[in-house]
Formats: sequence, structure tokens, C-alpha cells
Amino acid sequence: MIDVIDLKKTYGKLDVLKGITTSIKPGEKIAIIGPSGSGKSTFLRCLNRMEEPTSGLIIFNGQGITDRKADIDAHRRQMGMVFQHFNLFNNKTVLDNIMLAPVYLALRDLRRLKWRNRLIRLRNLFRREKLPLHPINTSKAQIKAEARETALRLLKRIGLEDKAHVYPSTLSGGQKQRIAIVRALAMNPKVMLFDEPTSALDPEMVGEVLDLIRQLAHEGMTMVIVTHEMGFAREVATRVLFMDGGSIVEDDAPERIFTNPQHPRTKEFLSKVL
Amino acid sequence: MGNFDKKLERFWEVFIEHGGYVKVLTGLQNTVYIAVAGLAIGILIGTLIAIIRVSPKNNGLLKTLNSLCVFYVGLFRGTPIVVQLLVAYYVMLPMIGVNIPALQVCVLVFGLNSAAYVSEIMRSGILSVDPGQMEAGRALGLNYRVTMLKIVIPQAVKNIVPTLGNEFISLIKETSVVSFVGAADLYVAFNYIGSNNYEFMVPYLVMALIYIALVAVAALIIRQLERSLRKSDRRH
Repeated sequence: MIDVIDLKKTYGKLDVLKGITTSIKPGEKIAIIGPSGSGKSTFLRCLNRMEEPTSGLIIFNGQGITDRKADIDAHRRQMGMVFQHFNLFNNKTVLDNIMLAPVYLALRDLRRLKWRNRLIRLRNLFRREKLPLHPINTSKAQIKAEARETALRLLKRIGLEDKAHVYPSTLSGGQKQRIAIVRALAMNPKVMLFDEPTSALDPEMVGEVLDLIRQLAHEGMTMVIVTHEMGFAREVATRVLFMDGGSIVEDDAPERIFTNPQHPRTKEFLSKVL
Repeated sequence: MGNFDKKLERFWEVFIEHGGYVKVLTGLQNTVYIAVAGLAIGILIGTLIAIIRVSPKNNGLLKTLNSLCVFYVGLFRGTPIVVQLLVAYYVMLPMIGVNIPALQVCVLVFGLNSAAYVSEIMRSGILSVDPGQMEAGRALGLNYRVTMLKIVIPQAVKNIVPTLGNEFISLIKETSVVSFVGAADLYVAFNYIGSNNYEFMVPYLVMALIYIALVAVAALIIRQLERSLRKSDRRH
């Protein structure tokens, strides 16, 4: 699903990523662990080009997204991202946070289709053989209603439907993060990228967010999680990448990494955090 | 102050009987018109400049536009508004050979001048919005422009309403120099009343009071605006 080939990222003279090569298959749940400064967040953020890679290739669904000409916005729509600091839109209600992107993009596509049809009609005026119009089987109201329905269903799933019309500033960290997750889900992504989703939470709220991520994992969502929650990584991940100093040091099944790490640096790290 | 009553009486005489109040009302109208229209133009152009200045400069066009904006802001902040008015009215207009009424010239110059200040206010407002907001929008697949317009700018505007209000208030007061190019504002009206009998004390005093009242009304509007924009905050 995602192939990464010799990905490098440098800030000035600092090599943050020193050539990462790996591949993520559909349905995999990959946990990235490692000490801070090891480049794990940078690696994750390169996957949807929130961070511009210095060199290397990232291929998503057979298309190179590191390409200058690639439509990065189109790729991002299929890659949900969840941030450490939630980043809910402060000026929008919870419901609008979830609906904004799907509604905007659907309306834009509808607008484009209508324009194309107008052009075809205009051209048809001068042709004997009429060109067929693009079929339009939706409307503005329908798009909005459907997005609203989806958003409310997602909110209901996380038990926050009563918060639909409040602003994010009135919510707890755990509620914000769960809403941020369903906001990403509303786009029907093919893969979810989690950038330390529980690191900014109070300890008693970590559980509710991890529960939601665990549910997604059980439903078969492909995901990449940068995390410090070793227990969670061990339980949910199908593969664990241990990163240190800008490289993947060890890449193995969770049981093997956590019970029988091969590399001395992995051993050292795990002995400190477990 | 024994003859203050007499002065007041004379002022009243000119104000009512000689039609002074008509001049004052016209002056008041022009003052408010220049300030409001000036601010509107300022916000429009200022926002545009601010957006250009905060955008990532990843191509030649944006770099050129950015330096143009820096030059523009430097030019309009570097010269007094009186000079800008005089240059616009007595140099630029004859040069391009068009005839525009002084009032419209004032609106334009105040708008362009205010744009320079508003752009800096707006720029700091945009920079004060958490970068995570832009990241979240981009991560959802919205492009830079849409995220800016729907997410970042609305939050920036909320942050800068008080500062923007300050700009509006100084704009109201700065309009008192438009008589340099012959536009009829409050100063012109009260100057007319005063020169009717060479008695300036009361007219200028009343003029000061009107400016204070104007600014008080402006401050009230700004506060209401701030309150309604604070809807999405926890504190009401």
C-alpha cells in the first residue's frame, strides 16, 4: 500500500532520516517506537508530505507522492492523520469539524461537474452528434445531509453525539482526540497515521483514545502509529519498527521485539521503558 | 470665564440661524464616510497583503509579490498621511490627468494608508494562530487557500479585532487633516462657524466633544463585535 524507498530528510546539517526503506501492506498495523529525536514523527509526517522529504521515494497505491507534480491533496484525502495536539478547528463546532472537509470537497466536485456539463451543452449546440452529459445524481442539499448523517453516526459511535454543537474549547483532551480521529475517518481514508495520539493527554484519558484506535485496528484499518505506549504497541501492532538515530534499527513482529530484541540499542531502549 | 455665556450664545446663533449645523452634519458625514470606507478598503487590501506575506515563498512570482508588499508597507508607513494626501491630490491626479472629487481621493488615500497598517496587524494575527490548525486542514486534503480562508483567517480576525478597532479609532481622528486637499470634514465645518465672528473657543470645544463621542461609539461597536466573535471560546 505504501512503499518507502531510501527516504532521507535533513534540516540544514542535521540528518533526521538517514535513508528509510520499508513497505506497509494493506491491513497492517505498524507501531513505530524509539527514543525521542530518533526521527519517528518526521518519518510519519513524510508519509503524507506534511514534512517535505529531502530525497527518496514514497509510493502510495502505485503512485509516487514524492513527485513534484503529484496531487498531494488527493493523496492526503486517503490518508487520515491524527496529531499529538488534536488540532480540532477552534472556530468550528464539533459537527462542522467533522463535516467541513467532506462537504467542501464534495461540493467542489459537484461544481466542477456542473461546469463541465455546461461546456458540453454549449459545444453540443454546434454539433450534429450530441455528446452525452456527465450524470449528476446528487445535489447540494443531499451532500450536506449525507455528510451530517455520517458525522452524527461517527459521533454516536464514540458516545459524543450530545457534543455535536459545542466548540472544541469546552471539551476534554480525550474527547478532542476521539473527535479528531472520527474527523479523519469521515474522509474514508485507506490508511490512518497516528502521531503520538496519547502523548498530550492526561493519564486517565489515554484509555478511551486507545480503545477507539484498538476498535479501528480490529475492523481492519491499515494504520501507522508513532507511540510511547509499549503495552498498546505490543497488543495491537502486527509489526513494530524500532527507530534510532534516523534509521530503522529493528523491524519485526511485536512478540519478538518485546521479548527477544536482536539489536543492542533495542535492548537498551526497551530495558529503560518497560 | 465671565463672557463664556456670550460666546456660547454667539456659537448657537451661527450654529442654528446661519445654518452652521448643516455644515457640521455634512462634515460629520464625511468624517465617518472616510473613516469607514477607508477601513473597508484597508481591510480588503491589507488582508491580501498579509496573505501574500505569510504564504510560503516557493516560487518567483510569490517572492516578487512579497517584496512589492514590503515596499508598499514601507512607503505608506514611512510618510505622514498629510504628505500622502497632498501627493495624491496635487501630484498624482494632475499627472494622470483625471478629475476626482477631493472626498473620493481622501477615501482612497486613507484606504491605501490603512491597508499598510492593517496588513501588519493581520499578519501578526495569522502568525498567532496555532500552526496545527493549518496542518490539520492540509492533512484532510484541503489546499492552502481553502484552509487559510476557512480556518486560519477567521481565527486570526478574532484575535485582531481589538487591534483593528484601534486602527479604526486612529483613522477617525486622522481624517481631521483632509481639509489640506479641500474635503469638508468636521474641522472645516467648525472652522467656518468660528470664522463667522472670529470666535473659535466654543466651536473647537464642541468639535472636540463630537470626536470624543464618535470614538466612544466606535469603541462600543468594537466591544460588541468582540463579544459576538468570542462565541467559540470557553469564557463568555
